[in-house]
Amino acid sequence: MSIRERLSGNEAVAYAIKQINPDVMPAFPITPSTEIPQYVASYIANGDIDTEFIHVESEHSSMSAAIGASAAGARTLTATSSCGLALMWEELYVAASDRLPIVLALVNRALSGPININADHSDSMGARDSGWIQIYAESNQEAYDNFLQSFKIAENKDVMLPVMICQDGFITSHGVENIELVEDELVKAFVGERNPEHFLLNEKEPMAIGPYAVSNYYMESKRGQRQAMLNARKVILSVAEEFEKISGRKYGFFEEYRMEDAEYAVVVIGSAAGTAKAAIEHIRSTTGKKVGLVKIRVFRPFPDEEIAAALSKVKAVAILDRSEMFSGTGGPLGAEVTAALYRAKVNAEVVNYIYGLGGRDITTDDFEKVYEELYRIAETHEVRDNYRYIGLRE
Amino acid sequence: MELKNTIEIRWHGRGGQGAKTAALLLADVSFKAGKYVQGFPEYGPERMGAPITAYNRISDLPITVHSNIYEPDYVVVVDEGLLEGIDVTAGLNPEGAVIVNSAKPPQEIIPKLRGYKGKVYTVDARKISVATLGKYFPNSPMLAAVVAVSKVMDKEQFLNEMEASYKHKFSKKPEVIDGNMNALRMTFEEVAV
Repeated sequence: MSIRERLSGNEAVAYAIKQINPDVMPAFPITPSTEIPQYVASYIANGDIDTEFIHVESEHSSMSAAIGASAAGARTLTATSSCGLALMWEELYVAASDRLPIVLALVNRALSGPININADHSDSMGARDSGWIQIYAESNQEAYDNFLQSFKIAENKDVMLPVMICQDGFITSHGVENIELVEDELVKAFVGERNPEHFLLNEKEPMAIGPYAVSNYYMESKRGQRQAMLNARKVILSVAEEFEKISGRKYGFFEEYRMEDAEYAVVVIGSAAGTAKAAIEHIRSTTGKKVGLVKIRVFRPFPDEEIAAALSKVKAVAILDRSEMFSGTGGPLGAEVTAALYRAKVNAEVVNYIYGLGGRDITTDDFEKVYEELYRIAETHEVRDNYRYIGLRE
Repeated sequence: MELKNTIEIRWHGRGGQGAKTAALLLADVSFKAGKYVQGFPEYGPERMGAPITAYNRISDLPITVHSNIYEPDYVVVVDEGLLEGIDVTAGLNPEGAVIVNSAKPPQEIIPKLRGYKGKVYTVDARKISVATLGKYFPNSPMLAAVVAVSKVMDKEQFLNEMEASYKHKFSKKPEVIDGNMNALRMTFEEVAV
């Protein structure tokens, strides 16, 4: 029997860490992720777990320490947000290219400026090309479930990549919701221990990690990282299948909500998906319009063919981005989903919205307006402006 | 938009007064009563004394909405001084109610509520808190008041669950438990619904 609880998203992730009892956690506090290392430090102080907590002077150091510990063979994690992630920039790339299965609990927050502590995805979206697997959550439940699955994905010998487990700052990190926890013994059996194939402290196999690569070798190293990302697809799905056996909860690359007959679809990442679901139920029950949702869970690797297949029958799609990329033409999710649709020759009308920057709220009414716009676009085949805002004061 | 089966509550307070804590406590006690719950703060430039907002959704069904609450069923105002600068009843359901922490009778509060037509309750949290705890902690009285007015759960069930959680929370300060329980009971008597 699962354990019914009510926890904030930060508490939920900290609880997952407690159940996993990893070897090393270097961390530096930053809002809104601070509570995660704070709770873990309490677990350690109370003797619940024996994780080695390393107090560092910056996020540059926390990721550097994580790289060292993970290379040595230890199961390692850290947590951060926003500017903290930005200060890890160089190390993010080092962790991925050194093929270190570090897990990062990322609590998404706007990346300056103006300085802002609230949710958007500009921090993790900026790191989307760093070589990390990225998994996003709608709710506290999903943040917890994703975290429990993270080390099994990262440490799989066909993957060996770091994983970012993302959730929306404050909205889920500080919001208390109902949650079902998996029993300790089941978590322990599911996650297992890290048994590294190669590790720095193995005296029988002297090795260098992170050496210089001349031009003759560099591209092959990058090709290897891509292969790991491709391999991660299968592993993410098989870990999800195993997780379903202990939790009863089903996960894939994304969730399709009321998509079976949908003519109008929204594609979105994170907590706003739950608000979209409520809007969908309201629209379907009051107007009968066939509206649906594709909620992206795995953004790296990007499940392009699967997303295109999920959207292959709709008339119009709105892709919602919670971050800017200042291309002047759209957001990162918009660009990637649109490209996936083009490659798969899906003939739906597409429109890209920017919403929720710096914590700007998005409501069920906002989603209803987006769907109304999709009805119009599907009818007239006139998109007009492909790059719009939700909730912007102009 | 109407959300069936869901009671939505908005809390107005000042940083440091415990409005957020009260919202989390309400989520906690409602969870224990078998409900689906949300309790969440809205963070601005948080400072001691600055106005803050916190929210609750309480339902018999799972809740997926993750937005703030714009059309609440109940509003709790932890600091009467906020009535001057904030339209606390904005969007408030006229079938619902606003509960204000004040020593004044509702008739004196109503003119400050910008035309709100629904029910208005006042609770003298300072008097109750000082009488039962010897200090001013508005949390427990305001929590009891919102339960009494919204009837989100049965009074006895609420008191039982709160006693259990105080026992847990104040295991090292048992003398505080009785004071808090008395504050809750006294509030139920004061808020004649």
